[in-house]
Amino acid sequence: MRKQVLLLFILLGLSTSLHAQDDLLGDLRASSGPTSEPVENTFKSTRIVTGHNAEMRGKRVLEFIIMHRFGRLNSGAYELFGLDNSNIRFGLEYGLSNRINIGVGRSSFEKTFDGFAKVQWLQQKSGDETFPFSLTTLHSIAVNTLEELAFNRPDFPFSARLTYTNQLLIARKFSDGLSLQLMPTWIHRNEVTAPDINNVYSMGIGGRIKVSDRVALNGEYYYQTNRPDGVDTFNPLSIGVDIETGGHVFQLHVTNSRTMIEKGFIAETDGDLGNGDIHFGFNISRVFDL
Amino acid sequence: MKKTLLTTAMTLLLATGFILPVTIGTAQAQRYAASEGYITFYSEATVEDIEAKNEKIQSIFDTESGKIAYIVPIREFMFDKNLMRKHFNENYMHTEKYPEATFTGTLEGFTWKEGTQEVTAKGKLTIHGITKEVEHTGTVTIEGNKMSMHAEFPVVLEEYEVERPKLLWKNIAEEVLVTVHLNYAKQ
Repeated sequence: MRKQVLLLFILLGLSTSLHAQDDLLGDLRASSGPTSEPVENTFKSTRIVTGHNAEMRGKRVLEFIIMHRFGRLNSGAYELFGLDNSNIRFGLEYGLSNRINIGVGRSSFEKTFDGFAKVQWLQQKSGDETFPFSLTTLHSIAVNTLEELAFNRPDFPFSARLTYTNQLLIARKFSDGLSLQLMPTWIHRNEVTAPDINNVYSMGIGGRIKVSDRVALNGEYYYQTNRPDGVDTFNPLSIGVDIETGGHVFQLHVTNSRTMIEKGFIAETDGDLGNGDIHFGFNISRVFDL
Repeated sequence: MKKTLLTTAMTLLLATGFILPVTIGTAQAQRYAASEGYITFYSEATVEDIEAKNEKIQSIFDTESGKIAYIVPIREFMFDKNLMRKHFNENYMHTEKYPEATFTGTLEGFTWKEGTQEVTAKGKLTIHGITKEVEHTGTVTIEGNKMSMHAEFPVVLEEYEVERPKLLWKNIAEEVLVTVHLNYAKQ
């Protein structure tokens, strides 16, 4: 009995003296209350390969993006394995706030202008109070300005040139090295030729694996859920590598799609992977703090 | 046996009831907490100087023992440029893995007196997951019930295995100058 009491006092004395002397840091942590930190840097750039990811540009940050896709690797030596051929998109994107980004772009393919708004609704959080994923939406509009669309159709309406895309980007950074994202997508084309359909529903999945501080491997795939018989398009698969150097991010990739806007690569990819229709491409981005 | 248990339990209750409040009470009476302050670092570089400020530093100082601790959440360093902050966290400080820098130690030569006095902070500085014994001088100013602390000291990046940027912001100095300023109030 006495031993027990003694032991108890020794233990208590020990713990209290420890508490009083050495744990200022612990007390500091305890007094600061529960933490909840936003999870940042889920991806390096704002694109996984061609499609948007959950990464936002900060407020007053302007980004200039050049996206480029060469022709098909299987087009042979005469075409220098696709390098003679190229599609390009120039884009200017801007952070109105940390949660709202807007952008405009112009693609050489089908002489298309596009504009988008990207809104972050929920952000993944770590710490004592966590939130498991981030939720971002992308809303874009594309205008095909090809003159030949209106050949022999004097009443061809402007609205027939328009395509709308809405995407949910659900992303989670599982660890420093691994981020994954799901991209349910709805594309509405005002005018299509039968048997193609106006509304395309696609499910995208993508992610990145960080190889080192400055290098990451990326991949994305979109599965179209409602492709009608007789429509000769394919699901786009793209694999790339991100290389970050100071203010630039270089993204080099291979893909079976040649266009760089949602309606193009998600709904109208004509490259058949089984046939070796692979394009080499790159994105270069430079950001400016205004 | 039952009786023994009961007595033990009672003793435990009594002990916690009497001893703990006393220790906590005395501990708190001499403690000062800083909810206000900043830590900055500055580095000269060829293309542009790099400077960042963090106002989320927190500290406790025990005026009787001279013991001091502070915590710096790394992600709260704010830069002129967004991208610098991104790179700082992702490529250099690995903030996901090492979210905070800490210091624990004592202010040697400290006594409670009005005015400004010079002190030497001696203790363990942890940055980027690496702990080093450091010693640097600073000042403490006491005005009535208020106390502030100010120190400037160099941090050698290599000692904490923080890589130096090579490309865009090249030729960043081997050392960065760190300034800590804390305003304390009685806890």
